[in-house]
Amino acid sequence: MKVHGTLDMAESFSSEMNVVTRGNELRSGPEAGAERVVAEFEIRHRQYLDASGKLVADPPAFARDRDTMVSLYRAMTLSRIFDAKAIALQRTGQLGTYPSSAGQEAACIGYASAMTDTDVMMTTYREQPAQIWRGVTLTELLQFWGGDEAGSNFSGPREDFPVAVLIASHATHAVGVATAFQIRKEPRVAVCALGDGATSKGDFYESVNVAGVWRLPVVFMVINNYWAISMPREKQTAAQTLAQKAIAGGIPGIQVDGNDIIAVREVMNEAMERARSGGGPTVVEALTYRMGDHTTADDASRYRREELVSAAWKLDPVARARSYLVAQQWWTKEDEEQLIAQCRAQVDAAVTEYLKLPPPSPTSMFDNLFEKLPHSLEWQRKKYEGSR
Amino acid sequence: MAEMTMVAAITVALARAMQDDERVLVLGEDVGANGGVFRATDGLQARFGEERVRDTPLAETVIAGMSVGLAAQGFRPVTEFQFMGFIYPALDQVINHAGRMRNRSRGRLSCPIVFRSPSGAGIHAPEHHSEATEALFAHTPGIRVVIPSSPARAYGLLLASIADPDPVMFFEPTRLYRASKEEVEDNGQALPLDVCFVLREGSDVTLVTWGAMVKETLAAVEQLEAEGISAEVIDVATVSPIDFDTILASIEKTGRIVIVHEAPLNCGIGAEIAARVAERGLLSLQAPIERVTAPDVIVPLLRLEKDYMPGEKDIVEAARRAVHFT
Repeated sequence: MKVHGTLDMAESFSSEMNVVTRGNELRSGPEAGAERVVAEFEIRHRQYLDASGKLVADPPAFARDRDTMVSLYRAMTLSRIFDAKAIALQRTGQLGTYPSSAGQEAACIGYASAMTDTDVMMTTYREQPAQIWRGVTLTELLQFWGGDEAGSNFSGPREDFPVAVLIASHATHAVGVATAFQIRKEPRVAVCALGDGATSKGDFYESVNVAGVWRLPVVFMVINNYWAISMPREKQTAAQTLAQKAIAGGIPGIQVDGNDIIAVREVMNEAMERARSGGGPTVVEALTYRMGDHTTADDASRYRREELVSAAWKLDPVARARSYLVAQQWWTKEDEEQLIAQCRAQVDAAVTEYLKLPPPSPTSMFDNLFEKLPHSLEWQRKKYEGSR
Repeated sequence: MAEMTMVAAITVALARAMQDDERVLVLGEDVGANGGVFRATDGLQARFGEERVRDTPLAETVIAGMSVGLAAQGFRPVTEFQFMGFIYPALDQVINHAGRMRNRSRGRLSCPIVFRSPSGAGIHAPEHHSEATEALFAHTPGIRVVIPSSPARAYGLLLASIADPDPVMFFEPTRLYRASKEEVEDNGQALPLDVCFVLREGSDVTLVTWGAMVKETLAAVEQLEAEGISAEVIDVATVSPIDFDTILASIEKTGRIVIVHEAPLNCGIGAEIAARVAERGLLSLQAPIERVTAPDVIVPLLRLEKDYMPGEKDIVEAARRAVHFT
């Protein structure tokens, strides 16, 4: 893709971004005509692993490290098994409406694993794999999706935000968090993960715009899973890529194979490093696929053909990561069986713990409304004391 | 002690808060070199720098949303919206995030933000510049709504709002910005939130009001006094959550109530006050509850502005009806 326009932040672009700015020469040139090229932009796509898990490009160093790759794969597997259990709990009336994250494991763990504990994550609601990587416990995830706000008072990094149910609204929070880091001169990064549909919203554009102007340490991670409930990507925008939405804000945008854990993590590492070292924000678009329904309240068969889903399964990020491990001779059938058994046990233990949690007290509705409940509301709270 | 207008008192309060607490930031459109469209932030950027007095791009949603992010990180943003009619793109952030962050994180994150905005009609401004929609916000749990009515109360209530650990909508009646001067001591003393101010004691009728209408109400009191009617005046100030105790105690004494607000009648804050009085103070009443408000129409452009806004005469007539009811 080539877009014509001026951009004075070209020096901050990585080599991935082939940016040519030649507006000034042209403007001053004697040959200037009625219309001229004033800038060009390209959006690059990154991939290391093909669908069968074979390397198609020289990978970054971490991909040569068994322990790193196994830990990423473990988290992907745990997330997948947790997800299936959560859906089963919902189907049996033991959990509220739940959005499956199946298919997005590489995208989520790819960006989460590029973050440090002191970075701050703002995510949408289909990011359980990222939350698990960050240390939110499975029990806390179930507690939240089971209908108790206490699940958002989680064990993950304490400055991470509760998941944003409102589309793109948290992009603006990432701008504020990144501004806080910039004011305090802290080498920390705000990461906002949001979906393809979110890039249609003003919140996203406004946030990308401010992030560019203020050169904020923030990364907008667009998890393009092709579906915004029933709306496919091509009905969401006429833009050729979602990554190019960065260009209007004067910041770099890059697209990555979101089912390739190596590519997501590496592109994210680069974006995080740029943000951390004062180079400003990035929009990353990770191409993936929503394997399940929008939520357990949705029936995707109403709007998408089963063949699309079967085709997407051939690109499964978990199987792809496993194939890579196997090809490196880092992973055996026994390792796999052992991992599955461990993950199942961990999920089962979390479910047991979740089902034993006491229900929240009705007065808790009042207890975090304000730091201190105003006197004029005390009588309302009293009505709920001892009501159970 | 210095005599100053309300807008000057607001500037002095902002400077005091910024000086006393490094976490306080001022942000919004044109708040820097320009000092805000009403000059409420005049001189602050020169004194505290561009980092702490921050001109933002023209985008209300992200201005409000970044305030949420900054507040969750421990800053205390004082965020200006240029006019009340410009807040609507940011309602999502105010209602769904600022007002809920403490609750949805179970106290882990909070939003000590003051969203400041001019409010109300009477300054011959263009369309969308004259709204008084405080009831929209009062209906929203988790946020306070504060409306000052004098320079000294603007100073003290703004300091209180900035110091408050939760989000506050701080609506400044544009009509009062430069309407009068008052002695304001820049002593850093906050006034209490969540309480009404009894501006004048009386025995025959209670006039309950806030914001710009305090001016008309006090003027009406002079006229009523000349007619032998003793009126008590309550400035609600924190319109959400409202201190009903003060209002109920007053009607126990006077037996009559006139509620005055510039906002339209339907579902205005006056409706809630009237309902509470009916629920908890009915037996004190010697006359029906009176409301003096704008009609349920769109705020007109400047030619009809005066006709739209309730005036002193309306208040006097309502008070007379209440007192002479048999």
